[in-house]
Amino acid sequence: MPKLTIDGQEIEVDASMTVLQACEQAGAEVPRFCYHERLPLSGNCRMCLVEMERAPKPVASCCMPVGDGMVIHTNTDEVKKMREAVMEFLLINHPLDCPICDQGGECDLQDQAVAYGCGESRYTEEKRAVSNNDYGPLIKGTMTRCIHCTRCVRFSSTIAGTSELGGVFRGEHLEIGTYVGNTITSELSGNMIDLCPVGALTSLPYAFKARPWELKKTESIDVLDGLGSAIRVDSRGGEVLRIIPRLNDDVNEEWLGDKSRFACDGLNRQRLDQPYIKKDGKLQAATWDEAFGAIADKVNGLDGSKIAALAGDLVDVEAMTALKDLLASLGSNNMDCRQEGNAVDPNVRASYIFNSTVAGIEDADALLIVGSNPRIENPVLNARIRKRYLEGGFKVGVVGPAADLTYKHDYFGADATTLNDIASGKHEFAKVLKGAEKPMIIVGAGALMRADGAAILAASKAIADNLGMVKDDWNGFNVLQTSASRVGGLDIGFSPKDGGLDTVGILDACGDGKVEVLYLLGADGMEAAKLSDTFIIYQGHHGDSGAHMADVILPGAAYTEKNATYVNMEGRVQRTSLAVFAPGQAKEDWAIIRALSAALGKTLPYDTLPDVRGRMAEINPVFATTDEITPAEWTDFGMAGDLQLKPLSSHIRNYYMTDPISRASETMAACTAELLGQGGETERTGTDG
Amino acid sequence: MNSSGEAFAFTPENQEAAKAILAKYPEGREASATMPLLTLAQRQNDNWLPREAMDVVADMVGLAPIRVYEVATFYTMYNLKPVGKNFVQVCTNISCLIKGSDDVFKACKKKLGIGNGETTPDGEFTLLEVECLGACVNAPMMQINDDFYEDLTGETTEKVLDALAKGEAPAAGSQAGKRVGCQPAGGLTTLIGED
Repeated sequence: MPKLTIDGQEIEVDASMTVLQACEQAGAEVPRFCYHERLPLSGNCRMCLVEMERAPKPVASCCMPVGDGMVIHTNTDEVKKMREAVMEFLLINHPLDCPICDQGGECDLQDQAVAYGCGESRYTEEKRAVSNNDYGPLIKGTMTRCIHCTRCVRFSSTIAGTSELGGVFRGEHLEIGTYVGNTITSELSGNMIDLCPVGALTSLPYAFKARPWELKKTESIDVLDGLGSAIRVDSRGGEVLRIIPRLNDDVNEEWLGDKSRFACDGLNRQRLDQPYIKKDGKLQAATWDEAFGAIADKVNGLDGSKIAALAGDLVDVEAMTALKDLLASLGSNNMDCRQEGNAVDPNVRASYIFNSTVAGIEDADALLIVGSNPRIENPVLNARIRKRYLEGGFKVGVVGPAADLTYKHDYFGADATTLNDIASGKHEFAKVLKGAEKPMIIVGAGALMRADGAAILAASKAIADNLGMVKDDWNGFNVLQTSASRVGGLDIGFSPKDGGLDTVGILDACGDGKVEVLYLLGADGMEAAKLSDTFIIYQGHHGDSGAHMADVILPGAAYTEKNATYVNMEGRVQRTSLAVFAPGQAKEDWAIIRALSAALGKTLPYDTLPDVRGRMAEINPVFATTDEITPAEWTDFGMAGDLQLKPLSSHIRNYYMTDPISRASETMAACTAELLGQGGETERTGTDG
Repeated sequence: MNSSGEAFAFTPENQEAAKAILAKYPEGREASATMPLLTLAQRQNDNWLPREAMDVVADMVGLAPIRVYEVATFYTMYNLKPVGKNFVQVCTNISCLIKGSDDVFKACKKKLGIGNGETTPDGEFTLLEVECLGACVNAPMMQINDDFYEDLTGETTEKVLDALAKGEAPAAGSQAGKRVGCQPAGGLTTLIGED
C-alpha cells in the first residue's frame, strides 16, 4: 500500500484510491464540485487542486491516483490562491441571485465561496445567460446557475441509466440540458436535485416553500415502496415540506425514488382528520366515543367467525399487532395482510423476503427476474442491479413483462410455463444460472398474485433449488415485495391461522354474508360490490377508496406522523420517527385499536409504545432488534401445480400512484399526466392489481 | 430543437456506405462511427443535420440520442439548421485578415445582400464568417461547400459568386491565376527542373 505525506502527516492508503480520498482519510478537507463518491470521475471543476511536491503544476486531486512517496499540501497559501482563482472563474458567469435561489443555505458554491471567494468581482463584462429547459413536473431548471460540473449528466447515464441529459454546444456556449426539450422521465430524477451543487436543478414542487434553516429535520424511513429507504423528513409548522434521502449503504445508498421523494404533498390532502359514522347512507362527522360506540353496537355479541380484518400497504407493525390481538380476543382468525392476495407462505420467512439482501445484489453473478418490472416496482433496487451490471460479468434474464430495465437482459417472453423449463434445466438460461457462482432469482409480487401464484412460487423455488441458488453463505431466492407493510405483517403473523380466511376467502365470505364485520386497516382498493352488505370499519389516514365504502371511519396517522416499525423487503426491521403531528383528531394507529379494545370490553394488555414493542418481540424475536438482517431458514414452501398460460405481468402500471398518499398527491398526478401521458387521478394501480 | 419535421432515412446507397463505415470499427466500438455517419447524413440531407438524422445515427451506433446531440452540437462543421445550396464560409482569421479578407467578406455581403449567418431568400447562398480553415499560404480564402477558393480579392470573390449563381462550377483553388496549390505566388524558385 502506498505511503503518502499529506500536510506533514504520513498516511498509508489503499492503492486504488485517489489523492482526494487519501486527503479525506488524513482529515484534510478538499473542496470540490464535480467529484462525487458514487459517480464516475470527471475532473472538470478544478476546485480540488492541491499542491504536490515535484509536480510542475497543481494537480486535480479527485483524478490523481495515489502513488508511493507523494507529498501533498492542501493548506498552503499557494493552494488557497489556486482555489480562489478557480472560484473566481466559476463565479464569472454564475448569477448573484442567491436571495431568490432555492439552493440558498444548502449550496456548495455558496458555502465554498465563503472560504475561497474574493470580496468583490473584477469581472465587469456581461454575464452569460442560458435559457431554461422544461424538465417536467419535478425538476426546476435554472440553467444560468449551472457551473457545468456534469454530476447530473453522469447520474443520468450511469446510475439512472436513462441518459437524458448532456452537455450540448461548446466552449462558452456549453449548456447542460436535454437538447430536444424533453422532460426528464427517470424514476430517480429527484436525486439530480440533491447532486446539483448549485441551484441549477432544484425541486419544482418545493420551489420557494422554505429555507433550509427553517426546517425541522427528522430522520425516518420511507414506506411508499418495499425497500424502506432511509429518508429525512423536513417539516415546518406541522407540514411536511419535502423528503430527501439519507445515506444507508445497505439499502438505498443515497438515492430515493421520485414517488418517495415527491409524494409528500399528498400527506396534506384528502386527510381523514376526525371519526365518521355512516348515517342514512351518508358519512357524518362523529366523536371518537360515538365511533367506538357504533362499532361496539355491531360487534358485541357477534360470533368471532363473522369478523375479519385486512391490513393495507402502509400499515405499521404496531397497529397490526394490536389488531391481531384484538381479533384473537374476539375469537376471529380471519385476518390477512396480503390484501392483493399474494401467494407467499406466511409460515416460511424465506418465501416472502428478499433473501439475498439488497447489498447482496452486488455479489451476484446471474439474475433471473420473474413477473416483475423492478424499474417501476422499485427504482432504487433497479439502480443497484444496474450498478452490478455495469461492473460486468452479470447476466440477467427476464420472464415477465417486456420493459426497458436500463440494463441489457435476455428476454424469454411472459409465459409462466417457461419457469418449468428453467427449473428442469432444459432452458438456455438454466445453464447460465447453473454455471454462476452466486445466481439469484427475483420473483415479482405481480407473479404471486395470480390464481396460480402458489404454483409459480413452487416453480421459482424449484429453480432456486435445482440451479444451486441456495448455498451455505448465499440465498439467491428473492421476492420483490412492493409494499412496506407486507413483510412486517407476515412476520407478526397477521395472516389466517387455524382455518381462518385469507384475503380472497374474506372477500367472498363478505359477499355471502358469512362475514358481517370487516376491519380495513389502511386497506384500499377492495371490490365494492362484494362488500355492500358488510359493516366496514376503515382505519387509515386518507379518504381513499376504503374510506368511501366505510360505515365507520377511524382517522389514523401517516408514516411521518408516528414512531412506528416497518420491515423492509429484506426483513430489516426499521423505525419511522414522528416528524409532525397527525391532523385534527387523528391518532397513532395502535393507540386507536387499544382504545377500541377497551370500548369493546376486551382491553389489550399494553398502554405504551414500549409495551407494544415488547409484545411484538414476544410474537417474533426479529422485532427485538432494529436494522439487522436475520437470514431466514430455507424450508419447503409453495404448492406445485399447473402454471396458467396467462402472461406474467407486473402489478404496478403507474409508478407514480400506488398508495393512498401518492394517489392524493398533486405532484404525482402531474407526473402521471405529463410523464406517462395518462388521465391522472382516476387511474387505480398497485393494490387493485 | 432543429427538427426537420419529417422522418429521416439513409438512401439505399448510403445505407451501404454506412455499413462500410461501421465495419471499420471493432465490435462493441460502434460508437466510433458516430462522426462519419453524421457526416454522411448531412451530405444526404442538403448539407444540414436535423434531429431526426441524429436519432437515426444514435440508433445505428447504439448510443443514447443525447450522446449524439452532444457530438453534433460540439463540432461546427455539422450544420444544425438548413443552409443554402452554396454554403460560403469566409475565413477572417489572422493570415487572411492581413491579406485582405475584409474585402472578401464585404464583397460577399454586397453581392449576396445578406449578413453573417444569413441565407439568401432564394435559398441559394448562406454566408458565414469562420475561423482558420488551414489554407493560410493562399490567404485570403473562402470555402464553398467542399471547395476552397484561394488568393481572393473582392473582385475575384464576386466572380466566383456570380458563376455559382449562374449554376456554373468555377474552378476551385487559387483565383490569382498561375499558381497551383501552395506554390510560391511568384512561381517556383527551387526544384524547377534545371541543374
